[in-house]
Amino acid sequence: MLKVNDLKVNYGGIEAVKGISFEVPEKSIVTLIGANGAGKSTTLRSIVSLVKPASGSIEFMGQSITGLDTNEIVEKGITLVPEGRRIFPDLTVLENLKIGAYRRKDDITEDLNWVYDLFPRLKERSWQAGGTLSGGEQQMLAIGRALMSKPKLIMMDEPSLGLAPIIVQGVFDIIREINKQGMTILLVEQNAHMALHAADTAYVMETGSITMTGTGKELAENEDVKAAYLGKAK
Amino acid sequence: MSKKTDRIISALLLVALLVLAVVLDKTLPTTHIALTVLKKGCIWSLIVVSMNLLNGFTGLFSLGHAGFMLIGGYTFAVLTIPVADRASVYQYYDGGIIQFCVPMIVGLLAAGVVAAIMAWLIGLPVLRLKSDYLAIATLGFSEIVRAFFQWDTMGPITNGSNMLRKFPSLPSLLFAVVASGICIAVIVMIINSSYGRAFKAIRDDEIAAEAMGINLAKHKRMAFCISSFFAGIGGALFAMYQGTLQAMTFKTALTYELLLIVVIGGLGSVTGSILASFLYIACSEWWLRFLDSEMTIGGFKVPLLRSGFRMVVFSIIIMVIVLFARKGIMGDKEFSVSGLVNFFKNRGKKKEVK
Repeated sequence: MLKVNDLKVNYGGIEAVKGISFEVPEKSIVTLIGANGAGKSTTLRSIVSLVKPASGSIEFMGQSITGLDTNEIVEKGITLVPEGRRIFPDLTVLENLKIGAYRRKDDITEDLNWVYDLFPRLKERSWQAGGTLSGGEQQMLAIGRALMSKPKLIMMDEPSLGLAPIIVQGVFDIIREINKQGMTILLVEQNAHMALHAADTAYVMETGSITMTGTGKELAENEDVKAAYLGKAK
Repeated sequence: MSKKTDRIISALLLVALLVLAVVLDKTLPTTHIALTVLKKGCIWSLIVVSMNLLNGFTGLFSLGHAGFMLIGGYTFAVLTIPVADRASVYQYYDGGIIQFCVPMIVGLLAAGVVAAIMAWLIGLPVLRLKSDYLAIATLGFSEIVRAFFQWDTMGPITNGSNMLRKFPSLPSLLFAVVASGICIAVIVMIINSSYGRAFKAIRDDEIAAEAMGINLAKHKRMAFCISSFFAGIGGALFAMYQGTLQAMTFKTALTYELLLIVVIGGLGSVTGSILASFLYIACSEWWLRFLDSEMTIGGFKVPLLRSGFRMVVFSIIIMVIVLFARKGIMGDKEFSVSGLVNFFKNRGKKKEVK
């Protein structure tokens, strides 16, 4: 579904992503794991053109989307749940969700109900300002907002960031749930343990390059990954 | 209280307002200070609301408002001075080069359109900037516009640094209320539309808004043009209110004054802007005037009261607001009848509990 080929991104002379290639098959969960500064977020941001890649190509559903504007890419069906949630604090929950559907011209009631079913909390608080929600609820709102654009591929940048373990569990349950309903998911995580167990395919990124590939299970069993990301001694 | 009764009461209030405007028009002498204050208050409300659309709702810190008012005011004046009077108005420029005259309403619309077109052109380079840099650039723009309109070479069109006069003046308070009211209603409709939601999203978080597929450049330009359109109309109404027009009026101090009213009313509140406009105009033109004249009560000369003291008091009031009520009168909330009723109901409840 999504094919990234030899993607390079520079930040003011520093190579943040040094030519990576990976693929996201339809209806799967793919995860990029790695330490801080490995270039995971940069990769996601360059896919939706929030940062312009220096070279390489990105293909979505057989079409090249390299060099398109963000709004065009969103229209094609890729949505990013940004790092740190970035909900709109002064807008109500409902307004936040409506902004998610901004590019759509069709009726959004059905999807709104679907999001409310996934996150009953959001329905209860639909008139509350986004900024007054708790961290976990804000993450739900960020995911719900992304779902409102009716994406074919949803990319999540560290959905577990700054959340309590039990909430993280909830977030991953939701990720699995929407995947089961047919959504393709590209997940970037530092919480390697959770991400590897949820993922069909996983890539390990280190300082701008992909160093390991495998199914989630394989990598979770891998000694090097265990030592580096799962906190278990060799 | 249900939404329906809320609407009915709001509609009744609106009608009452119009009736009041007519009654005041008919009963008060035309030079009465209350009429002057209300007229200017209406026009200022429109201008401040249009500035709030940009600064409060879209989060673009722009200080070019005086420039757009000037463009609107001049467009209106230049287009509507009767042909017969042009020789006397443009006495140093052989009657000017524009030898036609359009009806008042057309002139008002043209004022908005020309201001919006200018905004679009200026916006192309300027809207790439953010926060303080945008403020500085727009401030510079408004000064350049003022200098340009005063330029002698532009004389045949703008009358240079001389005064423009003999264009239609404000016919009545009712006209000011209706004209400003319609414009503000349109702005409110825009704010409540999906575009308005996108503006607010950009204000809250630009990156997230972009990630949601909102075209930042397009929406910022749109907000800038809409705001300038109404600033242009506001400038034209202001010219009508004054009866004469001079570029000197539209110094940067005017923009600061507007910004101040926006902040006093609350960034992101239309009703706050309107309330603050009337309060500000009433204070500066009427209620605090006495501070400027010396007064003796029973042979005792009240200290401090002298010309210019009003501005000192004003500055102090503003400082107090900024220090203790940073969100302004309304914050980012809107005034509504049901809100007011609830406010008093809740107050009553609290007292009962005690």
